[in-house]
Amino acid sequence: MTAMTREETQALIQEVLEVYPEKARKDREKHLAVNDQSVEQSKKCITSNRKSLPGVMTIRGCAYAGSKGVVWGPIKDMIHISHGPVGCGQYSRAGRRNYYVGTTGVNAFGTMNFTSDFQEKDIVFGGDKKLAKLITEIEGLFPLHKGISIQSECPIGLIGDDIEAVAKKSSKEMNKPVVPVRCEGFRGVSQSLGHHIANDAIRDWVLGNRDTSAFETTPYDVTIIGDYNIGGDAWATRTILEEMGLRVIAQWSGDGTLAEMENTPKAKLNLLHCYRSMNYISRHMEEKYGIPYMEYNFFGPTKIENSLREIAAFFDDTIKANTEKVIAKYKPMMQAVIDKYKPRLEGKRVMLYVGGLRPRHVIGAYEDLGMEVVGTGYEFGHNDDYDRTIKEMGNATLLYDDVTGLEFEEFVKRVKPDLVGSGIKEKFIFQKMGIPFRQMHSWDYSGPYHSYDGFAIFARDMDMTLNNPCWSQLTPPWKKAA
Amino acid sequence: MANIMIQRDSKGGYQFYLPKRDLEDGIDSMEFDTPEKWGGEIKLSGGGTYYIEPQPAPARLPYSVRAKRIDAAE
Repeated sequence: MTAMTREETQALIQEVLEVYPEKARKDREKHLAVNDQSVEQSKKCITSNRKSLPGVMTIRGCAYAGSKGVVWGPIKDMIHISHGPVGCGQYSRAGRRNYYVGTTGVNAFGTMNFTSDFQEKDIVFGGDKKLAKLITEIEGLFPLHKGISIQSECPIGLIGDDIEAVAKKSSKEMNKPVVPVRCEGFRGVSQSLGHHIANDAIRDWVLGNRDTSAFETTPYDVTIIGDYNIGGDAWATRTILEEMGLRVIAQWSGDGTLAEMENTPKAKLNLLHCYRSMNYISRHMEEKYGIPYMEYNFFGPTKIENSLREIAAFFDDTIKANTEKVIAKYKPMMQAVIDKYKPRLEGKRVMLYVGGLRPRHVIGAYEDLGMEVVGTGYEFGHNDDYDRTIKEMGNATLLYDDVTGLEFEEFVKRVKPDLVGSGIKEKFIFQKMGIPFRQMHSWDYSGPYHSYDGFAIFARDMDMTLNNPCWSQLTPPWKKAA
Repeated sequence: MANIMIQRDSKGGYQFYLPKRDLEDGIDSMEFDTPEKWGGEIKLSGGGTYYIEPQPAPARLPYSVRAKRIDAAE
């Protein structure tokens, strides 16, 4: 199918919206748009970060997911207590594959689940005593932990427990930081507010802890912010930065430690990958400590090259020369990857629907492989994300915010992409429709996809999925002869 | 009254950020923009208007300041 014109795309949106009752239609209409590169401000064409409508299938998470699952969870040497009933922690346990180095249960706790397991009596009489006891037990059982964060689940906010008081008291007793995070799931419209709350908690309880202590700095200290080391992403990023001659003093938060976070204010430059989840803390550090931050994109050789040069521009000529060397070193390797996979993937069309940064960041990687992204959308993006997306996407492509199950299916049926990239909840629907699918949250248990090393894996995975012979063998159940 | 953050954008102009609502916007005009007197009415590219009590210009941007909302775009 050839590219759709602006009118066709608009007609498609209208057609999909027809099934809704009038009120819902009006509301959903604002969240769907045809991309127009001439629009400077996304809010003129698309509405985002609004409450999902009851009755539609949304793919969003909650504030707890944003705080515990995304921002705090990967900090490996802290223990993150899911404070409340057992389910929230258990069902989100280790689901994001944030890799780390360490001995689980001794000095790293990434894949473990700690919960206060609220019962009826804790709801009635309050859970503060239980929390204090839990923290004492943790200190006894896992003496090598560096700190504790208390991730509130919904009931904590509803019954009004004073977790801050418990945190202060326990922190004094143990002489280790205890951070209360008010990330009850009902706050906000999606996980996005959870990121914000988590960032604010870091700002208030962690960031200034080592302001007065000595730290040996070099002029080349940088931090990686907003890289959660999914499948080893942050490691792939780190090696490139180190090859450039920079010193990475902190990883936020994939494979990160509490000490790294506390030392972040000593960096010269914050490198921000996931803008959506960590721009808050970067802005704060820019104001309080005068550390500039820079958004970069490590998906696909073209974007990596641009980002490396932009990063190098902050530093002196040695770094700039090194950067050119790094680029020259990887160029033939990347060309080999492109030569191998481009002929197999060229001209294929992709639809994406992911979270924080990927709906716009991976476009470059697909384009390097000769593929085209024909539709993209954010689960929980804000207008500033769409501002940045409009320029990346082609004209007359689809933009959908907080897309519903029905809309996404109908769009895919009509646009007929060769590949869909989204999460586990969408995976099997599209696979049963006979459409190749990659999970773009967890890299479908592969990875890393960031940086040069990641691109080779990315290209291989896309080829493996798209050109798999199984797709021609599939007939969706509803197309089978009875 | 709301806490806002004023910062420089890539083109050298001012940028407006409202943390409470995660609102990022360009600033079209600021009433006073001299080292001694800075602030006053600021007009956002999105159409909103805010008021900062006129004050000496901050030594360094970004800068957080209390602002009064006169007219919001949405």
